[in-house]
Order: sequence, then structure tokens, then C-alpha cells
Amino acid sequence: MKVNWKQWLGSLAITMVFTSPILAEESHVGNLTGRAAEGKKEYRRYCVGCHGPLGDGNGDNAPWVDPRPRDFVAATFKCRSTPTGTLPTDQDLFNAITRGFTNSNMPHWDPLPAQTRADLVAYIKTFSPRWQSEKAGEPIKIPAEPAVTSQSIEHGHELFQKMECWKCHGQQGRGDGPSAATLTDSKDQPIRPYNFADAGNDSRFKCGSSNEDLYRIFMTGLDGTPMPSFADVIQPNDAWDLVHYLRTLQPKRRSKENDVVKGGGGKPSTAKPGS
Amino acid sequence: MNVRMMQPDGVESRNRRVRLGSLMLLLIVFLVASQPSYAIPAFARKYGLPCSACHIGWPILNNFGLAFKDNGYQLGNDKDSPIYQNPSYWPITFRVTPQWHLENTNKVGIDAPGTTTPTTEQSVTVHGFDLSGLDIWTAGTLYKNISFSVLPSMGEGSTFHFENAWVRFDNLLNSPWLNVKVGKFELDNLLSEKRFLTLSSVGGFWYNYHFTPQGDSNGFGGIGDNQIGVELSGHNSNSYSRYSIALLSSVDGAPGLSSGGQGGTARTYDVNVNVNQGFPIKGLGVQRIGAYAYVGRSPTYFLTSGGTVVEAKGSKSFSRVGAFGWWFIKSFDVETFYMHGQDNAYLGNGVPSNRPDLLPAGAVGPTWNGGFVEAHYTVNPQLIFTGRYELVHVSRQANPSNLPNLGNVDSFTIGYRWYPIMLSRAGLAFHNEYAQAKMGNLAPLTQTDVINRSVMLGFDFDY
Repeated sequence: MKVNWKQWLGSLAITMVFTSPILAEESHVGNLTGRAAEGKKEYRRYCVGCHGPLGDGNGDNAPWVDPRPRDFVAATFKCRSTPTGTLPTDQDLFNAITRGFTNSNMPHWDPLPAQTRADLVAYIKTFSPRWQSEKAGEPIKIPAEPAVTSQSIEHGHELFQKMECWKCHGQQGRGDGPSAATLTDSKDQPIRPYNFADAGNDSRFKCGSSNEDLYRIFMTGLDGTPMPSFADVIQPNDAWDLVHYLRTLQPKRRSKENDVVKGGGGKPSTAKPGS
Repeated sequence: MNVRMMQPDGVESRNRRVRLGSLMLLLIVFLVASQPSYAIPAFARKYGLPCSACHIGWPILNNFGLAFKDNGYQLGNDKDSPIYQNPSYWPITFRVTPQWHLENTNKVGIDAPGTTTPTTEQSVTVHGFDLSGLDIWTAGTLYKNISFSVLPSMGEGSTFHFENAWVRFDNLLNSPWLNVKVGKFELDNLLSEKRFLTLSSVGGFWYNYHFTPQGDSNGFGGIGDNQIGVELSGHNSNSYSRYSIALLSSVDGAPGLSSGGQGGTARTYDVNVNVNQGFPIKGLGVQRIGAYAYVGRSPTYFLTSGGTVVEAKGSKSFSRVGAFGWWFIKSFDVETFYMHGQDNAYLGNGVPSNRPDLLPAGAVGPTWNGGFVEAHYTVNPQLIFTGRYELVHVSRQANPSNLPNLGNVDSFTIGYRWYPIMLSRAGLAFHNEYAQAKMGNLAPLTQTDVINRSVMLGFDFDY
């Protein structure tokens, strides 16, 4: 049988042209495939009140929501596993929907079936043309966490001073640094630095609650906020030391870091380098 | 000190049937008048979420709404405490349902002219424009992990009652598995009669949730009645796994220690247990199954002092046990429910336990089996169709001389609700429903089946 290559390639090209938008309206999370058409229905049910029918964060309720709902058209996302400036992975968006955002009106939607959340991810990606022209960034690599020692905590404290984290977060991590009152996000809305000191035992960060999440936050930055990425500034081991120190700024939280500090006789939030 | 006996249930008589029939109708009217459905736009206003975020079609809770309720009306974003709300926020919800409705009963005993004795049976139909009772409900959080609800409910011209009033201590020991609620509250029925779609006189309640055999003196009104007590409950983070255990005063939710309807007499307790588990099936939704048991005691007579009732006595046992499921195929869901009920022979025959001689020959504890299948099709968050078939069949009459089908119920209900307004501020539903129920052998003269019918068109306002 003689293959008509011209016809075959033509069919392939037509197929690709017509299926590519469909593929773009899918999400892939683990073994789930989310579909935008399904997600649209769920978006209308759960999300439209805040994020709006156009996904621009201008839902009916948006004026009364603080912080303002995410603008999916801008496609700037705080919580990513990918480098700053890049699009998040589908898994990142899925995790954000699942986890919600502390100190905001965005609840954790884990009561919804995983398929529903995957469908929502697919639909959210239809709002911005960025998803048509860009790929999601490559997730950063997170090395295994080294042991917590008094030395790592002390080194973390040095980095905290050196990188001037205190300017926003304050020396005690209370979110009251000298720059705190002046901070705005990419929409010129006032934004507050994270208050480590108030964190209770069940506390979360904006993008998770584990040490790994904290590591990821300052290695990827929170895009659209003044919190930059430090990936080009510090080495992975230094970043882990900073994580260990930041945990000591949460004295009300049970942690191995606080245990180390207490074992050394110091108060966690006042640990000094070399003490 | 005297002992006042409850009247024994003697041989069936015409007058008794008239009374029973009348009581049945009164019960229906009472249930409808006092049957608030729960949907809380105050929460939508607080969190900026549309009704559809928590409700399949309000007031039925979806998975997210159930998790929110289980978490003590908290989203868990550290913004649940009222201190974080705008001072102008007021956690109050109003609900009222202006309506036109028609009620028909096919066999009503009609008095002979100038007498109060029914001599004929005929169909009776009434209809017209009407108004439901009014719910003024406040609920929310007093502080992080301390939630509350107070729901005064009232009908036109009648005094209000507390449909519920409770405080709940949530997430004790930082665990969602430990929550304690104290006060008057809805039993932890996953299939909630307070949050279902039907409102008419005949279809506005689940018969299984309120069934008592004919002639039974049990003061327990059913698992659909809110009860007073303390409840320990828990759930996992997404509320797919849930349990609750409640210790309740045997007062059927009436304040004032009102056992068997007599104030200041209660001295026994009931227990309600409910466990259920959800499991997601890819592409279909979260399926749920569960089981429940309500075990209690109800008095059969009262001690009196100077003619005043002072203490409930002769308490006898009863139980309601069963299983349920909630099955989803995307936008189509089906609720299935089974109940086995039994009352002690003294309760079933309305005989004081200190007068066994008054028990009719062959008297036994009545037992019955019931269930329902209720389906919903959610076209979109603003349009939902519903249909239900329900039955309760007595498997053993308390008095062997009763007709075997006496008191049996076979009913169905169909309807839809259209929500032209579904915002994060308020809700409005146009409600259209038809319901029919056949009551076994309750015709006052012919002892044949009675059929009750309701047609309802209403506007359900929730603000």
C-alpha cells in the first residue's frame, strides 16, 4: 500500500491546529486530566463571586475582599515551585486551590473532589494569553534538608541580617520592619509582611506550612509582592540555615528548631549569632 | 401523692380514628409551620462566596459547605473570628416564603349538620395565598474555634420558639476530630431534613424522620426534631470521614425538662450516634455512606402532686436505627435512606407501665421499616429539580387487632427550584412543588387509606 505522505502530513497539521487549543485547555495533575469545559461550570459555582466572570479579580464581592482576589488575566501567581517570573505548574495551581491562602478570603477547597480541582486549574489557565505562548517554568530543585543545629540557626540569623529581611519582617519577625508600612503589591494595594511571631502551632505560610514550603518561598519569591526570589543570592545550604532561623521566630510553634534553641538555653526569637 | 395514668389505647372506635386523622393533619401543619430550612446568606456576606459555593442548591449542603459547617462555620484562614470583620457586618439571616398553595385530603369525616359527629367522608380542598413562618437566624463564630447558632422561629400570630441555640467548641487539642456542642441542635444527620428542597405541607418533611405508629404515646418526635444535649463530633480535614455521638435529654427538644410534653418532669437521656464516610469516584463525585442509631426512653405515666405533674415515670425504650447513602453521578445525585424503628409495647399501646392489665391481648412493641429515595438534578447552580419516593410500613402493630396497614405511609414529591438571585449577599428561589402521601387505613369512617396532596408555588426569600 502506497502512503500518500502529503495527504497524511496535511491531515496531521489540521489535526494539530484544531486540537492544540483543546490541549491548552487541559491541566495535568498526577494522573488527573482537568478539562476547562468542566472547570467553567465549577468556576461559576465556587469562584466567580470573587475572581469575576472574566477572571480578572473583579467579582461582585471583590471590593470587599482584602487582600484582593487573584487576577488570572495577569497570570502572576505567588505560590509556585517555578522560578520567579515564570508560570506555575498545574500542580502548583492545584495545590493553591487545595490549600487556600491564610489571612485571605481564599479557603482551602480540599473538600472538592480532586477531579473538580483539576478542572478548575484547566479553566483558570484560559483567562490569560500567557498560557498559550509560554510554558510553565521548571520546578526548582530542593535539596534534602540538613540537620538542625545551633550553628545552622546562627548562620541563618546572620543571613537574615545580611539580606536585610528585617527591613520588612522586623528584627523579631513581627512583620513590623521599617519598610513594612510602605509595601504594596503589583496592583498597588497595601500588603503586609508575614508576621512570624504570631504564628501558633497550626500556623501556615501563604504557600504552605512545612520547612520545604518555606525554603521554596524565598527561593522562588512571591511574584506580584515585594517578596523577591533569593535563588541567585544564596546557596541551598544557606537557604536551609535561613529556614531554621526563621522557625525560631515562631516561639509559640512546636519545632525542632525551637527545641535546639531551648536546649542551648536561649530564647528562640532572640538567638544571637555566636551566643 | 397521686399517680395519673395515661389513657390506654382501647379498641378502635370511630371517634378515635377521627382524632387520629385530625392529629395527623395537625402534625403536618405543625411540621410545616415549624420546619425552617437552613441557608445562611450571612455567611456568604462574611466570606464573599456565592450561595452555590456551599450549597448544591440552597439549602442542601455540598462537600465544601459540609466541611465549613463541620469546622464550626470557619474557613480556617485565620479570618474567621469576628474581630477581623468589618464592624458593620451583622451575622443575621432572615427567611420567609410567601406562597400560594393547595391542600387536599380525599377522605375527611364531615359532621352531620348541627352535630360534631362525622357521618360521612368527603374530599376537602383548601387553597390560597399564604405566608410561611419567619426565621431570624444568627450564627457564626464568637472567636476562633468557638462557634454558635441561635435561631428563633415564629409563625404568624404565634409565639416564637428556639429552633436551635447552641455553642460549639471546635478543633479541641488542635484536632478536627474533637468538637463539643452544647445546647439545642439538629442531630448530625448527613441527609439533613433542615436542608432539603421541599417545603409543601405534605412533602415538607421526611416521614421517616418523624414517624410514630398510630396510638403510640412515645414523646420522641423523631430524628428530624432538634434535640437538647451535648454532642461530641469529629471529621477529617475534608469532612469525608465524620462521626458524632450525642447525649440528649429525653425531651424531644422542648426546653423546661419537658418529658412527654409535661414540663419539669424529665429524668432520662437518649443517645444518638452517626458515622459516615465519603469516597470520591473519579469523574462522578464524592459518594457517601453511613449509619446511625438513636436509642432513648420515654415515660408512660407521671407522678402528680396536688394534681400537678412532677416527675416522669415508667420510662420505656425505643430505637431508630438504619443506614443511608448519597450517590453522585456528576450533576445528578440520589439520597437513599433506611430506618428500622421500634417502640416498647407500653409506648406502642399508650399504656402506663404500672398498669400492665390495660395492655390489649397480645400487645407487642410496634416495629416498622421505612426509607426513601430522593434524587436531585442540578442543571446549573440556579436551577435544580427534585423527586422523592418515601414509604414507612409498620411490620408489627402494637395492638394485634389493628389493621395491618394502619398508619403506613407511601408518598412521593416532585418539584424544582429556580434561583434568579444567587449572590454573595442574598438569595431568592422560585419554588414549585407537588406532593402526595397515602396514609394507611386512616379514613375516619371507612378505615380505608387517606390521600393527602399539596401543590405549592412560592418565593423563598433568604437574606
